This record gives sequence, C-alpha cells and structure tokens, in this order.
Amino acid sequence: MLSVFKDRAMRVWRIAMREVRTFEHRPLLIFCMLIAPIFCVFFFTDMMSEGLPAKLPAGLVDEDDTQTTRQIVRILGSMRTTDLSKRYATFSDAHAAMLRGEIYAFMYIPAGTTQEAIASRQPKISFYTSDVFFLPASLLMKDLRTISEMTGMAITRATLQAKGLNNGQIMGVLRPIVVEAHPLTNSYLNYSILLTNGIVPGIIIILILLTTAYAIGMEWKRGTQKSVFRHLADNSVPIFLTGKLLPQTILYTLQFWAMYVYLYVILDFPCLSGMIPMMLIAFITVLAAQAFSVVVFGIFAGQMRLSMSACALFGVLSISLAGFSYPTTAMYPVLQWVASLLPLRNYFLLYANQALNGYPIVYAWQPLLMMFVTMALPLLFLRRYRTALTQIDYKP
Amino acid sequence: MNDIAKVWWHELGEVFHDGGIIIFVIILPLFYPLLYAIVYGTEVARDVPIAIVDDSHTALSRSFVRAIDACPETQVFAKCANMSDARHLLMKRDVYGIVHIPTTFESDIRDGRQTYVGAYSDVSSMIYYKNLLLPCTNVSLEFNRNIKIDKLSSAMSDREQAVAKMPIDYQHVMLYNPQGGFDSFILPPVLMLIVQQAMLLGIGMAMGRVRENNHGYAVPQSLSTVNPLKIIFGKLFFYVPLFVVLALYMHIGVTHMFRLPELGHYLTAIAFLIPYVVACCLLGLSLSAFLYRREDTILLFVFMSVPLLFLSGVSWPGSNMPLFWKIFGSIFPSTYGLPAYVRISSMGATISDVSPEMIHIWILIAVYFIISCIFTSRQMSRIRRQN
Repeated sequence: MLSVFKDRAMRVWRIAMREVRTFEHRPLLIFCMLIAPIFCVFFFTDMMSEGLPAKLPAGLVDEDDTQTTRQIVRILGSMRTTDLSKRYATFSDAHAAMLRGEIYAFMYIPAGTTQEAIASRQPKISFYTSDVFFLPASLLMKDLRTISEMTGMAITRATLQAKGLNNGQIMGVLRPIVVEAHPLTNSYLNYSILLTNGIVPGIIIILILLTTAYAIGMEWKRGTQKSVFRHLADNSVPIFLTGKLLPQTILYTLQFWAMYVYLYVILDFPCLSGMIPMMLIAFITVLAAQAFSVVVFGIFAGQMRLSMSACALFGVLSISLAGFSYPTTAMYPVLQWVASLLPLRNYFLLYANQALNGYPIVYAWQPLLMMFVTMALPLLFLRRYRTALTQIDYKP
Repeated sequence: MNDIAKVWWHELGEVFHDGGIIIFVIILPLFYPLLYAIVYGTEVARDVPIAIVDDSHTALSRSFVRAIDACPETQVFAKCANMSDARHLLMKRDVYGIVHIPTTFESDIRDGRQTYVGAYSDVSSMIYYKNLLLPCTNVSLEFNRNIKIDKLSSAMSDREQAVAKMPIDYQHVMLYNPQGGFDSFILPPVLMLIVQQAMLLGIGMAMGRVRENNHGYAVPQSLSTVNPLKIIFGKLFFYVPLFVVLALYMHIGVTHMFRLPELGHYLTAIAFLIPYVVACCLLGLSLSAFLYRREDTILLFVFMSVPLLFLSGVSWPGSNMPLFWKIFGSIFPSTYGLPAYVRISSMGATISDVSPEMIHIWILIAVYFIISCIFTSRQMSRIRRQN
C-alpha cells in the first residue's frame, strides 16, 4: 500500500520537475506567473494610493458675484473632494470645458440670487455633474449638495441668531436629525482597499486559468502527450494532471501570500480574520481556479486555443460578475447563478466574510462549498482526458 | 499596388483558416459587447435590503422608517429588536445595511436638541453604501425642513413656509447619464477597449501563425521580396476597414440596442475611429515582434485589459492619477481613445473638443509605424540572408 503511494508520488514529482524545466524555455510563462501579478499589485495600490479621490476639478459660473456667493465658493474651496479653482464667465463656457474633459462638474449661480434670497423670493442655484464619469460625478455631487443645503441654512441661521438663540439651539432647529454614516471596517471609504482586494485576485485568477490551459495544451502542441501519459504518468489521468499543475499551484499560492503580506502588513489594509484563514482561502482559490481551467480544457479536449479563449472570456467576465464594483445582487438572477460558479466570486465573498468583516466562517458556507464543488468537477472529465491523451492529436 | 493586394490576400487567408483568430477578430467584437451590456443591464441597484433597529418606537420614528422604505434605493428587509440581531442579518448577507434610531429620537427633536441616526453599511461594494446613505440623507433633510417650519412658524402662509424651508432652492442636474446607470457609464469605454484588445489578439495570433509556419520568421517566404512598407500597408488595409466596421457596429448597433447615450455625430465618430483603429493596428504589429506562438498572444494581452481600463482614467479619475502611470499609459492608444470616445458618444463632443487626445493618437500612429517598419524590414533582411 505504502509502496504504491510512494510510486505515485514519485511519478507526480517527476512530471512536476519536467514541467519546471520547460518553464526555462517559456519566458512568457515566467512573466505570467511571477512578474504580472507583482506588477498588478503595485499598479493598483499605487494608482489608488490616494484612497478617496481628492481635489477633483470642478468649475464655477458665478453670475451673481456678491459677498454671499463668494462665501459659498470659499466654503466649497475648503472641501476635500472639490477643487473649484476654474471660473467661467457663462454657462456655455463651463459646458464647453466639460466637453473638453477639463472639469467633471460645475456650479451655476444666476444673477440676482442674493437679492432674491433676502427678499424671500426663493431663488434657485444649480449644479451639473457629468455622470458618464461615475466616481468623480458622485463624489462631487455629495460636496455640491452639502454646500447648496448649507447656503439655505446660512440665511435662516442669521435670522435665528438675531432672535438670540445660541449655537446648540440653532443646530437643533436647522439640523435636528443628523445621519451618522458608518461604512463598516473601511471608514475612510478607501477605494484602494475596496478594489485592489477584488481586482488583483481577479487578474491572478485570469492568469491561473490561462497558464493552466497553456501548460496542459503544450503537451498536445509538442505531440508529447501520449508518451508522457504512458511512461511518466503510468496511464493515470490524476497523476498526469497533478504533476503538470503542481508547480503552478505552489507558485500562485506563494504569489497570493506575498500579496497578503504587502496589502495587510505593509499597507495595513483591514484583515480582521488574521492572515492564516486568508492564506488557506488563497490556496483553495488557486486549486479551484486550476480545476475550473481543467474542466474547460476537458470540454475542448486537445483544443488548446479554444480552451484558452474560453478561459479568457470567463476570467475577464468574472471581474465584472464578482460584484465589487457593481453588486452581483443587483444583476439579473441568471447572472447571479452564473457568478456563484466562478472562483473569483466565491473568493470575493470569502474575503468579505473573513478579511474585510471578520465574521465567523459559517456565514460563508455557500461560497466555501462552491469552491470545493469546483475542485471536484474535474473528476467528471477523467474519462474524457484519457481519450484525449491517447487518441486526440493537436489540430493546428 | 499589386504587392499590397498580395499581402492583403495573404492576411485574409491566414485569418480565415484559423478558428482561433476568427474568434478574436469577428466573434469577440460582435458578441462580447452584448454580454457585457447584459451584465450591467439592470443599470442601477434598486431595493437593497436593509435592517431597521428602532429604539424610539414613536410615531415620528415609524414615519421616518416608512419614508426610507419608500425610497427606490432601499427596502426594509427586517425590523430588529436590537443591534446584535441586525448584525446577524448583516453577517448572513440578508441585509447590506442597518439604520439605527436612538431611544431619544423624538424627545431630542421636541426639546430642540440634535439627534443622531446611525447608518451602518457593508462596504464590500460601494454601491451598498451609496444606496444606504442617499435615502437616509434625503429623508433626514426633508424631515429637518418640516421640523424647522414647525418650530419657526406660528402664523405663516403656505408660500412663506415653502420659502422658509428652502430660502435658496437648488437643483442637481445629472448630465448625459441622468439615471446614474452603470451600463451607460462603463459600456462606451469598454467598447473601445474591446476594439483595441481584439486587434492586439487577432494581429498577434496571425503573426504567431506565420512564425509557426515559417521557422520563426514574421514574414512568409512567398512575400519575402515585397517592400516592407507595402507589407505594413497591406495589413493595415486588411485590419483597419474590418475593425472600423466592427467599431461602427458597436457605436451604432450596441449603443442603440441597449439604449446607451448616443449623442455623437456619425461623422465625428468616424473621424475618431479611423485614426484610433490605425493606431491600435500599428501597436499590434509592433508588439507582435515579441510573440512567437499563437497561444502566447492570449497570455500576454488578456490580463492587460483591466489595467488598461484604469489607465484611461475612466474608472479612477484621470485627474488624480500618479504622474508615473500617466507616462506609462501614454504608450497605449486606449489611454486616449477611451475618454475621447466617451465624450464623443455620450456627451456629444466634436473632434475639436477631443483634439488633445487626437494629437496623442496621431503621435502614436507615427511612432508605431516607424517601429513596425523597422521590425518588418529587419525580419526581411534576415530571410534574404538565409536564402
């Protein structure tokens, strides 16, 4: 019994070593397994190092130009998100600047605003956001709205002060209900924490899907699949696949772990679960992604490029379906079902449960189960692999 | 001219004898935009489930909750007795936010003190946070205005009350994407990204095929006597018309089918698309110098799609991008093409409005034309030496 196991382990080891030697002749594989993930980690964390975008360019059309409107502008100028340094003489100038991409939003104060406000004729000020740029538009909207609310309050405030109310009493009249926002565990709304934790694993998963199909398909392309299967793997599909994929499993798991050290230790991104559960999740994710690719390759047995194309399609699409930018729960039900099969979606749910929120893992039993189901799926394709390995040749 | 036709014909044969290339130059540009549009097809998240913890139990707090429930963004999934019950729902992902109303809610307001309503949100997606905070803010502002009137006015006419509520009224105008939809925001730039990526993949793969069949040379034997310039023009004449047609299909067909903003004039779109597609084609010809096998193309280009979307400044604002990445991004046509196309197609900009981007695209055309000329002529002199 033990000797059989030892023999199998030796075979896996020999195929794995052979695989490592082929890496030497494939600089592009090295690039995908080592350089690309590291590049992406630095790329996204550095790109979004600001956390929440600050000083977004916005414009102002102040036709009124009184002390009151200048005060509004000064308050807006002191806000974190808005950079109101660009002035335009007319509405159409500001609009043209928006078309040129110079500003994301502008505020329009028509002539006579102050006069009408003092005379209780309820003037109207407007702000325009260019909502084809989603993030800057919604951030600027928040600032501009706050300031518009405050403008109205300033006038009532002056009346109340004249009546002899103190500051606390005034606020009790002006803003009796205050909404306190608590974005849990990411209190500064750091976009880097939000997106890096989803996109970079997403890209690593794309790379795993592609390199897995590439590594398996290489045997067909070089016409060595039959001899490897017969002599090295002893006609066993599990030994063949394990040996072929073991080096990548180790490399990608280490990549994930290195990423965690950078994100959670050096950059101090929230990791409420501690490192060890996340390291285990990463290992499971790598295996599930490899299994996913093995299944796709099994479907297109021997057709390397078709299976790589399918993997690319699923990989890129899963970044959208995973739900860290637009929530999966808001998509069409059939897409939610498709998403639950994707390793990235399940990884993201497990990450949100563990690192982001630090909840007990039982609450994430579904994604965890789906990961294991994905891992077991290749078992359904063993027969097909056997046929492919013994009978199907590479089709150029 | 005859030689250019020969190159054109050869490229046609290469592409249509290889299913893998057809996937990238025909099927991907035709169907991937549709798939993408369907993913974000719901446009906005509605009725995100939330939990309410109402410690006040008063008529006022109940009407506050009803008002939040009535907002399109949220839906009250459960009213919980305490925070730990609500947190349990949050952990189960039954709800994505909690609104907590304090015990003193009504008495604070009656006594003229400020009262604090807590809005706790899951931030695994920013949309959850936005969908919780927006209705809470809107409802609280509306309530505040009414409370203010109750306190201030004893004998006021309706009009006086309306003015006292809002001494200065304001309006927010959402331009070009009035519903704040995700599809209308992300799809236009993604269309142009698909054009570039499909061209890189298709051209790279065709080059890989030539190399695999010609002992590693990027030019087949049968064309070894042709002028390198003619080879590049032959390829340009093949890929550019094909992809201009595909891009027009996206610009007209896809945007129309999914009711995305379509303010761009057709002539403006064409004036933008032709140089953009030429730049992408020449980038593909230059980059394929590094590709020796067909499959390598997929490995190299697919994962770049997401960083390229970010480099264009469409998702993370370009105004806040570190200088290093701006410089890095300047080597890709997509960095200029995506924002330019968004402004043309979604905002109705003219070519002169996007002239800075167009100048960059023309510079890229010049640079990549020179690079691909050098690469092709080197390959050809090597073949001649071997012959």
